[in-house]
Amino acid sequence: MEINFEALFLSKIDKEIKIEPKDWMPEKYRQTNIRQISQHAHSEIVGMLPEGAWITRAPSLKRKAILLAKVQDEAGHGLYLYSAAETLNISRDEMTEQLLTGKAKYSSIFNYPSLTWADMGAIGWLVDGAAILNQVMLCRTSYGPYARAMVRICKEESFHQRQGFEILLVLSQGTEEQKAMCQDAINRWWWPSLMMFGPTDSESTNSDQSMKWKIKRKTNDELRQQFVDMAVQQIKVLNMTLPDADLKWNEERKHHDFGAINWDEFWQVVKGNGPCNKERLDARNKAWNDGAWVREAAVAYAEKKKKREQIKVA
Amino acid sequence: MQSNTQQQIPNSKFLIPYCLHLADTTLILSHRNSEWCGHGPILEQDIALTNIALDLLGQARNFYQYAAMLMGVEFDEDKLAYLREPNEFKNHLIAEHPNSDWAVTILRQFYFSCYQYYFYSELKNSNDEQLAAIATKALKEVTYHLRWSTEWVVRLGDGTEESNTKMQNAVEFLKDYVIEFFVMSDYETELLKDAVSIDVKAIQGKWQQKVNDVFEEATLNFVPSPNSRFGGKDGEHSEHLVSLLEEMQSLQRTYPNSVW
Repeated sequence: MEINFEALFLSKIDKEIKIEPKDWMPEKYRQTNIRQISQHAHSEIVGMLPEGAWITRAPSLKRKAILLAKVQDEAGHGLYLYSAAETLNISRDEMTEQLLTGKAKYSSIFNYPSLTWADMGAIGWLVDGAAILNQVMLCRTSYGPYARAMVRICKEESFHQRQGFEILLVLSQGTEEQKAMCQDAINRWWWPSLMMFGPTDSESTNSDQSMKWKIKRKTNDELRQQFVDMAVQQIKVLNMTLPDADLKWNEERKHHDFGAINWDEFWQVVKGNGPCNKERLDARNKAWNDGAWVREAAVAYAEKKKKREQIKVA
Repeated sequence: MQSNTQQQIPNSKFLIPYCLHLADTTLILSHRNSEWCGHGPILEQDIALTNIALDLLGQARNFYQYAAMLMGVEFDEDKLAYLREPNEFKNHLIAEHPNSDWAVTILRQFYFSCYQYYFYSELKNSNDEQLAAIATKALKEVTYHLRWSTEWVVRLGDGTEESNTKMQNAVEFLKDYVIEFFVMSDYETELLKDAVSIDVKAIQGKWQQKVNDVFEEATLNFVPSPNSRFGGKDGEHSEHLVSLLEEMQSLQRTYPNSVW
């Protein structure tokens, strides 16, 4: 009897059984996961740049230690995710190549500049906050290695969000200059954070199939709404405002309505025309190119060592 | 910065500058290493070097907190790190040197970790309990730093022709800065009388032996310097420290008396 692989695959998805690397899977499922996991990994790595730039300027030793640890966590998340993607038969070098040539995308949010210390708070609170909603959902994604990587990542991300909120909380209770710095950062990061959830459901090309395969479990708009409802509550604690005149409670929907997102800006940034797209890719390319001799040396040394050991054994 | 309470604690006249020296050196090298965060040649090594930066920052904070305690209630770790002038910093000159390339960064870390390894191995027996406790904790971290940096010196020295050349250039580049590890400052000499500080001259032999052994494996040649630089431990620095501190201290200086 011929086994119907596709039916078997779909029945696993149905029964909430994780798909594992050696299982049969539709090619499109494999490609979608590669695209999504590697994009996610690249986002962690590029995301190190806007925050990394403030490590040397952190205003206290405690903040410096926390920020260093946080950016280091992001590198670690990049590692788990690259490893998860590698189980789908793509090498890390191949993924890196796709990032460096601009073929693969990363989260557009990191193409915005980090201009003040308050941005470390806003990135933690809003950007990590938006990321967490997506990542909590992904802990239940259908591809096993991705789901397991997410469980680990989520634990650390919630610490990241808390530290970001705490930075803003301290600023919001500080001097007038600090309060202004806090509000300014919220104003600049709010809309790009809403864009992080991706195009609205009616425009999202990848959503339908991903929902069916349980790669995604909530739509972009559902997650975005959840984020807005959450932020509206938290901004009160900061005694700051969200930069949206149309933001108000809708009793009928039991959700907050919010203003129109500037999708032109979103697509411009996705296409590479954001404020820092060039700087971010240049920085990654520079690190990669400057490090080529180090990687070559490591390979050469490992080969020499192996040969010497073989001679010893012989 | 002058302390009002120096008379109250025996030795504090010398113990404070000693703590500041130990704190400054670890803070400044942590700063340099942290500049690599997000820009390293290999993701795993980016993480490893950031980890070392974090450990060194932790050591710095321990020494600053101890210094602040000795100096009195008006001081804390941030005042000492962020509100002193360059000529009040007592770090080794090697720490403030710009990173240059990965070869210089790795070799400096190896020299420094090797020095710290022997240094803390002695300081953990200090008559000052606080210093002994910090050294005991730090020694565990430094043991790993030394292993990691040793492996990289060997890998790069004995890797490709290019990497060997870069490492040998790094040896040349850093040669004037190693002897300062082994020159006693006045405050160290004073504290040595009570076995609070350690005799850094006495660890030079061990340091050199370890460097020679690793260099032999790495196919590198150690180059002695006819023109060693000193003075960092007494506040005489290069322009590099001035710009480093301008960057590091910028927020504290621009917005004085703020809480962060």
